[in-house]
Amino acid sequence: MSALRLALWGWLGLAVALPLGIVVALSVGTGAEGVPPVRWPWEEGASLDAWRLMAEDDVVLLALWRSLVVAGTTAGLCVALAFPMALGLLRAAPRWRPLLLALVLLPFLSGFLLRVAAWIGLLRDSGWINALLIAAGLIEEPLRLLGTDLALYLGMVHAYLPFALLPLLAWFAKRDTRLEEAAADLGAGPFTVFRTVTLPLAWPAAAGAFLLVFIPAAGEFVIPELLGPPDAMLAGRAIWSEFFGTRDWPFAGALATALLLVLLIPILAQQRSGLK
Amino acid sequence: MRRLLMLLALLLAAAPLRAQPPVLNVYNWADYIDPYAIERFQRETGIRIRYDVYDSLETLEGKLSAGRSGYDIIVPTSEPTFARLVRAGALRPLDMARIPNARNLDPALMRRIAGVDAGNRHGAIYLWGTVGLAMRADRIRQLAPDAPLDSLALLLDPRHASRIARCGIAVMDSAMDVLPSVLRFLERDPNSIASDDLQAAQRALLAIRPHLRSVTASPTIVDALAAGEICLALTYSGDAIQAGARAREARRDFAITYAAPREGAQLWFDVLAIPADAPNPDAAHAFINFLLQPEIMAGITRQVRYPNAVPASIPLLPAELREDRGIFPDEATLARSFVAGTPDAAGERARSRVWNRFKAGR
Repeated sequence: MSALRLALWGWLGLAVALPLGIVVALSVGTGAEGVPPVRWPWEEGASLDAWRLMAEDDVVLLALWRSLVVAGTTAGLCVALAFPMALGLLRAAPRWRPLLLALVLLPFLSGFLLRVAAWIGLLRDSGWINALLIAAGLIEEPLRLLGTDLALYLGMVHAYLPFALLPLLAWFAKRDTRLEEAAADLGAGPFTVFRTVTLPLAWPAAAGAFLLVFIPAAGEFVIPELLGPPDAMLAGRAIWSEFFGTRDWPFAGALATALLLVLLIPILAQQRSGLK
Repeated sequence: MRRLLMLLALLLAAAPLRAQPPVLNVYNWADYIDPYAIERFQRETGIRIRYDVYDSLETLEGKLSAGRSGYDIIVPTSEPTFARLVRAGALRPLDMARIPNARNLDPALMRRIAGVDAGNRHGAIYLWGTVGLAMRADRIRQLAPDAPLDSLALLLDPRHASRIARCGIAVMDSAMDVLPSVLRFLERDPNSIASDDLQAAQRALLAIRPHLRSVTASPTIVDALAAGEICLALTYSGDAIQAGARAREARRDFAITYAAPREGAQLWFDVLAIPADAPNPDAAHAFINFLLQPEIMAGITRQVRYPNAVPASIPLLPAELREDRGIFPDEATLARSFVAGTPDAAGERARSRVWNRFKAGR
């Protein structure tokens, strides 16, 4: 037991506290010429310049806000799609179930970047969708698909759907179906059963699935960068460009810490409400 | 990024195994060498080359910033990366006695980078080029018949940009490669980081922002140009020429041409250099010396369509490359061109604010 506990604390210390500490230390360091391009706070004293700069910069604050909006929308869409998919999977004939599940999970066996590249190939002006529509005579000029919010959400939902689907599937599989049967026996139609029994029971699982998508999606930067509109400056992308482009490590550290703080709010809220 | 992390992990894992056959770790731009040169170097020297690529200076600097990259040869751009690495002492001084072919380098070009590397002690020019306008001139003439094709006004004058927007305009996503040209167009110091200059550049960029289809990495621009999805881009000269070659190969019914802006083009040089902590500096010197041979350099220029700094290689090139003014700018263009500077950390911060605002369009 104590060995387990040691392992747990060791893991938390090494994989959580230490990196977090380094990022926070970066955010109060000062930029410098050299390798690495930063002076640590214990070398030249702490400075809140990066935090002050961030508080004044409406463009990065907007990026933080947009990240939350995009992550929330993605998580909402994923949960909304995962619900009927999970129910449909469980109601399918048992011999089809493994095949259907495999089909759902198959895309995730291919590389993540490969999938994004595939979307680019489909959506670009000279891509498959536009070529098809033009060949069918439905449009004359290619539609702008790539570099729009539509492309952004297609890519995001496609990438994050399993994070919502798998927990919901697990919950639906082990739920107590007797409650639904009882409701049906008492005369409720299928829709009423779903609305008054299944949905309220599934709510905590749905909230968990939402968070599982929301948190990684908020830091995503590859998909918005490759599929989204040029002004889709999200927090992940802003951190990347400050870290690598401007080589402003303190500013990047402050942004990363701010994103983390913002993400803590929904996590704490969920714990508070006792949902798991 | 995931790929980078994996590469990094592989590198770390592979480090202890590196002892037996000599290995040269080369980190170069993507699509930036003649594969034959690598093959021949390995055959002649018995040194095995492990070749890695990056597609932005940001990636290169990111990897070097952490220290102990494990690379023997890197190819940073003179301004700002090479300059910063020299200043930070992150490069190993070259032992010219081991690079006799360095005498093949054009002294006039080498002088252009001596400003950031006094006495050319840390680097030899590999390839170079300008920043300018890649375009489908046929479409632009239709949409904006009165627009000058060799001027930055084509892009930065909203009257022209708004008309060309219909067929797609892209700008590369790089403050350091775009802001100097914008400042030059505004008849200000291209390397200024003064706030009124940056404000002016920001106003000029925001004025054309609604007309831009994308602000993206240069390989994406090459791709979009070659596919006919855009018809004007501010990008590297070689990108335009590569896009043109790809469009020809795909038998497209249009041509991509390049114009170095008449206001004066930003010149850049990619420099062969050895990191201070390179594991195998001997092989790195041998590799630089090997590359600077006229016939090897001619092969590289033929392959990637960027000019090199070895004049003796030029007669070995086919006439259509030798005489292409997009590849080898004429004297007048070179005389008007300028070299971008390397601002300090505060200047970088100020430029980055302007750039983010431009990208966000507000």
